[in-house]
Amino acid sequence: MSNIDYSERIPNNVDLASDRTLQRALEQWQPNYLRWWSDMGPDGAQDFDVYLRTATSVEPGGWAHFGHVKMPDYRWGIFLAPPEAGRKIHFGEHMGEPAWQDVPGEHRANLRRIIVTQGDTEPASVEQQRHLGLTCPSQYDLRNLFQVNVEEGRHLWAMVYLLHRYFGRDGREEAEELLQRRSGDTDNPRILGAFNEKTPDWLAFYMFTYFTDRDGKFQLCALAESSFDPLARTTKFMLTEEAHHMFVGESGVARVLVRTCEVMQRLGTDDPARIRAEGAIDLPTIQRYLNFHFSVTVDLFGADQSSNAATFYNAGLKGRFEEGKRADDHRLRDVHYGILEAVDGHLVQRDVPMQNALNEVLRDDYIKDSVSGIGRWNKVMEKAGIAFRLTVPHKAFNRKIGTLASTRVSPDGRVVGEAEWAAHEHEWLATPADRAFVASLMGRVVEPGKFANWIAPPAMGINKQPVDFQYVRFN
Amino acid sequence: MNAEAAPLEVIRQHLIDPEICIRCNTCEETCPVDAITHDARNYVVDAAKCNGCNACISPCPTGSIDNWRQVAKARAYTLDEQFGWDTLPVQADLGSGSAQAIPQDIARITAAASEGQGGVAAAPWSAAHPYVNLHTLANPAVATVSGNFALTAPGASSDIRHIVLDFGATAFPVLEGQTIGIIPPGADASGRPHHVRLYSVASPREGERPGYNNVALTVKRVTVDHAGQPARGVASNYLCDLAKGDSVSVVGPFGTSFLMPNHPGSSLLMICTGTGSAPMRAMTERRRRIARNENGELEGGKLMLFFGARAAEELPYFGPLMKLQKDFIDINFAFSRTPGEPRCYVQDLIRRRSDDVARLLQDEQCFIYVCGLKDMEEGVADAFRDICREHGMDWEALLPGLRGKGRYHLETY
Repeated sequence: MSNIDYSERIPNNVDLASDRTLQRALEQWQPNYLRWWSDMGPDGAQDFDVYLRTATSVEPGGWAHFGHVKMPDYRWGIFLAPPEAGRKIHFGEHMGEPAWQDVPGEHRANLRRIIVTQGDTEPASVEQQRHLGLTCPSQYDLRNLFQVNVEEGRHLWAMVYLLHRYFGRDGREEAEELLQRRSGDTDNPRILGAFNEKTPDWLAFYMFTYFTDRDGKFQLCALAESSFDPLARTTKFMLTEEAHHMFVGESGVARVLVRTCEVMQRLGTDDPARIRAEGAIDLPTIQRYLNFHFSVTVDLFGADQSSNAATFYNAGLKGRFEEGKRADDHRLRDVHYGILEAVDGHLVQRDVPMQNALNEVLRDDYIKDSVSGIGRWNKVMEKAGIAFRLTVPHKAFNRKIGTLASTRVSPDGRVVGEAEWAAHEHEWLATPADRAFVASLMGRVVEPGKFANWIAPPAMGINKQPVDFQYVRFN
Repeated sequence: MNAEAAPLEVIRQHLIDPEICIRCNTCEETCPVDAITHDARNYVVDAAKCNGCNACISPCPTGSIDNWRQVAKARAYTLDEQFGWDTLPVQADLGSGSAQAIPQDIARITAAASEGQGGVAAAPWSAAHPYVNLHTLANPAVATVSGNFALTAPGASSDIRHIVLDFGATAFPVLEGQTIGIIPPGADASGRPHHVRLYSVASPREGERPGYNNVALTVKRVTVDHAGQPARGVASNYLCDLAKGDSVSVVGPFGTSFLMPNHPGSSLLMICTGTGSAPMRAMTERRRRIARNENGELEGGKLMLFFGARAAEELPYFGPLMKLQKDFIDINFAFSRTPGEPRCYVQDLIRRRSDDVARLLQDEQCFIYVCGLKDMEEGVADAFRDICREHGMDWEALLPGLRGKGRYHLETY
């Protein structure tokens, strides 16, 4: 059943009505979710009609229906990608066996943990972004922010459905706790570090959607390979939505760069002070934001050596990125992989069993994907005839998790002492002064077709609408 | 006319804008025929695999997916070319004024019309060079109605009309077999402008009246839909009700494939039903008027026509056709509703003329045109199949050669 039933209280394509107990449990969770949305969702935006994309079926033609919707009336629901008949487990110890339609007892705790960790990031990012609407650079961007927010909300629903449906009482308790934790709260924080950081301004938002939502993409891709079929189908559909979030980030940063390059060309200068005086964001500041968001995000992949990662893989719970497209034995018994260590003031590569290094494998795939987008950002400068190029810092830079957490490493990959770090940190990571400057640019622009001075308009509108379309009606 | 001047087979190639694409893989994941692939740099579409199903369009988060270029099929952008792009190429000028892409609706209608022959075929090598898309939806030509005549008898069960449109001083060059688009005025029930409707021209290139800048259309008033339910065709009723002097918005011309050969000795085998006769009339008129070239030679070879209708009263151009010399055109009428007679369809007559049709199928100088309702496709193909079998040929083996040489053209709706 691929069509989504919108006549039910909870739209779904999983035949929820046939399982009354589950339906009742989710209907009890629903008001708590809505309360969380009204408390922690987009600030002051509950009355706006927003031009949003809503899925009406998970088939290609059906899941991108556009129309103005009040956000609290957005139909959050439960949508799984269509099942693949006769799907088999394609990696780990159970390779070749039929995929699981239920949770095997021995993997229950680990699967629950994976789902809760993924689920926790979804409301966390909504909380991180809840004040951004007050300083949006245009209606177009405001609409994109809200689209990202409602879809993160839907991703929470997706994970909560799995918890309720397959994990009984434990699952229901976890689902409640997903609504209790708060991003940045000292007593009850979100599970992962990057999701407790602030997203204070729109440059941070674009960097977050580019880098951190891309972590989401890689985690979801790894889970879409899972032997637990409902998880694989859920994450597969989430990925289609996640792509929009990365688009917001990639095009957002590109538009900031376009504007900065225009100002640099007009003034004939690369002096940050003069560029800032014109109300644009200088390129070194953008690089420092990039360094921060990149390094915080690569930490999300976890420790470079992890026995949990090995267990998850062997058990078939979580695969590698594009596991199905790889040409090895998909068991990885005698394969090794290089991880970095600091030895005598130098970074050296050491080969360890690949099964233990799967976090590092996913991290490296992620880095490769991130780097190619930065190459596209650099095309903006290339086109404008400006020599500056953005670069990705070394993966050992500014790490807080894994064996490199206690080592100071410069963006170009040199192990440095505390003194050198302290002397250069303000050149490497966005400083409070940088953030204060960027914050000073954040005025609210909501007239259709108008854009804040620090960012260029997009190349095209959403769903072929014009750029000056009324994406948000403020009522 | 020479081989170099033969029109190219033009396709609408699907491309992804590398400047806007974020390489999210959604399109590749969505494509049902695996036409989309990528390297470290770009996502690209294989023109040989893409069937234009559009499944990838709505899931794309960026809009970069919805790009199309008209290219000669033989020169479609290869995967390697696309992998190397930083920006999309501009639409190349294919000559004949086709710098603008054919509008999506029209490409869709055209694709559906030629589906039965397995896609758009090559044009005959000696066809004249067509002009296409000179007038677009944004900039239509305005024509004046210079005549609107009933082709069917007053009591007939259908109303078919011969409508003549005059373009005055506006250039609107057409070839026999090309179509033009009519935009009915006003809006539909939901307030959107009406879709453009395509009609084959029924007049030859030099005009309905030689020396005048006009074209003729054959239009049947639509009062029931394909399923036989009452339905009022927006465009056909608009056209049938036009009075002399009325203005009409017209786009086009369109069509680079369903064109007639122009070399001496080239024969036409024409099979049509109802208003599918429009292009056949245009081609017949062309041959009738220029039956001989300046050297006194016949421009064309043999003309053979199979024409089906419910009854003689409903057969457009019945009277004028009956007046043509038998040595100019070999006409075969099939009537499916003549009282007291068994139902006869075009395929029955084709079978009856098996030996002659077999000779034409094998004649490299014979070009075949089929136009009419979708229903006739299968019957005609079956008749060809049977005739081939009788004469020691294999229709399925013959067809690719016919298409490749621009000898088989099918347009059904």
